[in-house]
Amino acid sequence: MLKILKYSFFDLMRSRWSYVYFAFYLLLGIVLLFLNNDLSKAVITLMNVIIVLVPLIGTIFGVMYYYSSKEFTELLLAQPLKRPSIFLGQYLGVAISLSMSLILGLGIPFIAYGLLKSNTIWDFSLLLITGTFLTLIFTALAFNIALTNENKIKGFGYAILLWLFLAIIYDGLFLMSLVLFEDYPLDKLSLVGTMLNPIDLSRTLILLKLDISALLGYTGAIFKKFFGTNFGLIVSFIMLAVWVVLPVLRIVFKSKKKDF
Amino acid sequence: MKNLLLFFTVILIAYSTYAHNIEVCNTCPISTLKKAISSAKDFDTILVKKGTYKEHNILIDKPLTIIGKNYPVIDGELKGEIITIVSDSVTVDGLFIINVGTSYTEDYAAIRVRKSKNFVIQNLVLEKLFFGIYLEKSRDGKVFHNKIIGDAIQEYNSGNGIQLWYSKNIEIEHNFVQHVRDGIYLEFSDACLIKNNVSAENLRYGLHFMFSNNDIYQDNTFEKNGAGVAVMFSKKIKMLNNTFKENWGTASYGMLLKEINDAEITGNTFEENTIGINIEGSNRIIYKNNNFINNGWAIKIRGACYTNHFIENNFLYNAFDISYNSKVNDNIFDKNYWTSYTGYDLDKDGIGDVPYRPVKLFSYIVNRTPETIILLRSLFIDIIDFSEKVSPVFTPDNLLDNNPLIKRIIW
Repeated sequence: MLKILKYSFFDLMRSRWSYVYFAFYLLLGIVLLFLNNDLSKAVITLMNVIIVLVPLIGTIFGVMYYYSSKEFTELLLAQPLKRPSIFLGQYLGVAISLSMSLILGLGIPFIAYGLLKSNTIWDFSLLLITGTFLTLIFTALAFNIALTNENKIKGFGYAILLWLFLAIIYDGLFLMSLVLFEDYPLDKLSLVGTMLNPIDLSRTLILLKLDISALLGYTGAIFKKFFGTNFGLIVSFIMLAVWVVLPVLRIVFKSKKKDF
Repeated sequence: MKNLLLFFTVILIAYSTYAHNIEVCNTCPISTLKKAISSAKDFDTILVKKGTYKEHNILIDKPLTIIGKNYPVIDGELKGEIITIVSDSVTVDGLFIINVGTSYTEDYAAIRVRKSKNFVIQNLVLEKLFFGIYLEKSRDGKVFHNKIIGDAIQEYNSGNGIQLWYSKNIEIEHNFVQHVRDGIYLEFSDACLIKNNVSAENLRYGLHFMFSNNDIYQDNTFEKNGAGVAVMFSKKIKMLNNTFKENWGTASYGMLLKEINDAEITGNTFEENTIGINIEGSNRIIYKNNNFINNGWAIKIRGACYTNHFIENNFLYNAFDISYNSKVNDNIFDKNYWTSYTGYDLDKDGIGDVPYRPVKLFSYIVNRTPETIILLRSLFIDIIDFSEKVSPVFTPDNLLDNNPLIKRIIW
């Protein structure tokens, strides 16, 4: 598996797209820092970008990589190799190279700006951690979609739909259900609703560290009580980890059974 | 001889009317403040030397000047009220008063002024207190440069730093109040000036106004108070150049206005409060040149607020600029700077060509269903906010700033 991971990783490292992705974050970081002049504001803007873009790029890139390396995969399948190790290797190769682009692309300008001496370092690390989690989650989901659909167009369609659902439609449904059931106590429902969507979960986690003032209102207190404590933080990270593990398990399961 | 007699008489009269100095110290013939007061004549000066005086219920019933040298300690030993002033023209200066008794039936104060005029209370340090400086039916007094540091833990058994009750024309300046229930409290007190005070980390309010008209408070700092500042049931108040900072909590705000009419709110800074200003039933108020920075809600208008003018304010990076819960609006927003304004200025006159709608759809939704706050900054919310901005359905369509400024106002 490690060999395949290494191969995929270096293959991607050599490809133009990782550089573009890396350069994009580098530019974003530099522009935000030197136009804003305020580290914590920059982190908030960055959060907005990350929770939308990272999942999108994770899904599209994952699907794209799977389809483009399909012939090579079929060649590998002819070799005496375990199937899960082939696909997991490829998955990790993509996910790790994407995460690296993210971490390095954002980390370099921030460190150059003097992040290490500032108090926002924890907020920033939280941002990078959730960003990495989102990459892992959405690449895994993308591989699932690609494994299930032979048809490229269909695969891309589902991938975009998945992103659209989790990034936008889910929140719409969530909002509607909250407004619809406004006569009932909603704190549990809203907590559960947040936990079930990795994008919402990441957003809430970061918001509670940064843009806290609005959330400190009467109802925000319950969220703060949950997410603000170590218990809430641990539960949230476990939830994110579950979001990584489940699709990965399905990759393993699916790849064993799939007929190529 | 006759002349000499006259001369002596004059000297004698002059001498008797001339104010004496009476010294109090632990080793002097007069070793307590009470004894000094009883032996003093009108308009005498009592000098209290450094030391500890264990006294309470000190009654000042004649016009005296009491000056502490190097902060002598007056220790009330938690037995009750410490100094009560019932005479006009009393000055108390430079004492360190500690251990005021706590009572559930009486408001014991470190220093109380009752039905007196022309008093000056200055340079005092009060610690371990119940009530600090309590002015009751008094007028024309000054409270300067005092430092009040309480240790209040619960609201029901703690008192206020500086309390005014039915008092008039009082100047409260350069005081520092911390860790009490209400930093400064005014009830039925008119024509007072509250200036350059710092009121921080109090249990309830930094400043609390009730039924007090024609007062001015300016250049004060209110920071990290339990609920911020409350101004209620008062008319014609001027609030100038104050700073309201970091009042964070489930029911906190920089300033609460309730039933306030004809006030003027100018040049204040509201920074990092859960709610900047919470307005309820307040009419004809002019909000001008205020800064609202990094608040959860900059202004929350609850209802029954008419003919208010919001002119030339800066709204910087608030999660919500305005929250408004009714469809009727006759409040005027004009020439403000809003960081979330996205319009353009083609004719370069510094005023945006597209009106700005400060009430977002999301703030309307949060008003209805507070739990939806969890969706703050979600992409979906940005989309519905945008569509509401294009064609308002839920928010009052005449609530807009027709002349939003392009650059932050600096005055």
